[in-house]
Amino acid sequence: MTTLELLRLLGQGLLETLYMTLISTFLSYLIGLPLGMLLTVTDKKGLRPNRAVNLTLGFVINMLRSVPFLILAVAIIPFTRLVVGTSIGSTATIVPLVVAAAPYVARMIESSLREVDAGVIEAARSMGSSDRQVLFKVMVPEAKPSLMVGATIATTTILGYSAMAGFMAGGGLGTIAINYGYHRYNTGIMLYTVALLIIVVQIIQEAGLHLARRLDRRRRAE
Amino acid sequence: MNTQDNIILKVENLSKVFAVKPEPIEALMDINLEIYAGEIFGIIGLSGAGKSTLIRCLNLLEKPTSGRVFFKGRDLSALPKSELLKLRQSMGMIFQSFNLFQQRSAIENICYPLEIARVSREQRLSRARKLLELVGLPDRETATPSELSGGQQQRVAIARALATSPSVLLCDEATSALDPSTTDSILALLKKINRELGVTIVLITHEMSVVERICDRVAVIDRSRIVEVGSVTEIFVRPQSAIARQLVFPGGELVERLTGDTALRIVFDGESSFEPVLANMVLACQAPVNILSADSKNIEGRAYGQMLIQLPDDPAAQRRIHEYLKSRNITFTEEIWHDNA
Repeated sequence: MTTLELLRLLGQGLLETLYMTLISTFLSYLIGLPLGMLLTVTDKKGLRPNRAVNLTLGFVINMLRSVPFLILAVAIIPFTRLVVGTSIGSTATIVPLVVAAAPYVARMIESSLREVDAGVIEAARSMGSSDRQVLFKVMVPEAKPSLMVGATIATTTILGYSAMAGFMAGGGLGTIAINYGYHRYNTGIMLYTVALLIIVVQIIQEAGLHLARRLDRRRRAE
Repeated sequence: MNTQDNIILKVENLSKVFAVKPEPIEALMDINLEIYAGEIFGIIGLSGAGKSTLIRCLNLLEKPTSGRVFFKGRDLSALPKSELLKLRQSMGMIFQSFNLFQQRSAIENICYPLEIARVSREQRLSRARKLLELVGLPDRETATPSELSGGQQQRVAIARALATSPSVLLCDEATSALDPSTTDSILALLKKINRELGVTIVLITHEMSVVERICDRVAVIDRSRIVEVGSVTEIFVRPQSAIARQLVFPGGELVERLTGDTALRIVFDGESSFEPVLANMVLACQAPVNILSADSKNIEGRAYGQMLIQLPDDPAAQRRIHEYLKSRNITFTEEIWHDNA
């Protein structure tokens, strides 16, 4: 393989990985964000406590989170085919990624929203805020830095899952690492892909934390 | 005048029970209160007495288990939720830990209740700026809470609570997290708000010094019940309940321990302020006295408190002293005092 071919291969893999990761993160938040809010709101100490909803939702989320990603991905192949028409390639991988990550995101959202000071919420209620206003105008903005940190962790976790999907021809850098490194004993290419994954994770992590710090209007205590 | 028509907040047979395990907690039992428009009403009690729960029942942040709360004659618990939320805009509240929105600047904090009340952006900002002026922080508009001192944060919180021009301001231990000089300035600000804007203030505290400095009337709460209500002068001069005596004389029950022989307890009720009563009495009666204990306070330039004096054995001198005190309209009672020393 020439250097050009190698670069083209890795470039293609990198783009697929980023495509899977970003689309999956976005879709996971689309589903996980409302679920996380619902968990917080229906909590015993939440704005509208509802034991039945909270326990049911919590159970489903825990169940999905307990299943190892590869097993989940294989188990939902029929569903994946139903949605995108195929079970291989990067677009197909987005389906199990979202199914695995949305519950994870929901828990991250829940934990960030829970951190909001109960006194601040009480103050908002004392001013006549409705539950909806407390949630969207107080809790979410107050939790913004923490939500951003959570999003960073979620994105890097999804990136890791997407590489795992390489085992089932999921596309991206993971597939390259498996095909060349594992099946053909080409350690060199495998190491390049791993190095590339490390760099991408580092960039996402640093950028995310930087953004979280910039969003946070609290000054660190000296 | 404090008349029936002037009642702004009325609490009727209110009880609050927290259903917790192993045993339910009766936080409030059979509370009855009448708070008049324009006054500063204090609720004092030790921690755990139920005062925090009580102040939260006034705007229904806590739902009473039984009993009713009337605000300007309207039964709050009978209101639909949307009405209650709207009504809370007429009752501001400030807290011990300030509870400012950490991700909003000072002026954005003050704008929040106006956003809720759907006031236009320009009006919000101009109102918020006026309030920052009122609380003495016109130059800290863009500061975030973490950049402000405790006292400044409480000032912003007061401005925020006043944004929707409420007629009542509820203060939940508003100065308990502040140092003494900051406490003074916040109390002065509250007094100014009461006098200049006519806002009725209800405050809860565990510190008698807060009550004596700004309250007109005070209720003493002990173990979930109101044990005493009266003007601050009444509570200071003649505390009826054990808990009120303990709060007024935190030094202990020194006066109670002295018994036997002839002694007089002189009460300073604010009428006999700067006159050197004792010195004049000794001169006029030509009789020496011994001060056994004294505890007086200066409230708004007048003397309040008690003094226990030992009288000479001569009955004629004792009579002269009685006559002198009577002629000066000074309240006193005879005490028996045993000299154990």
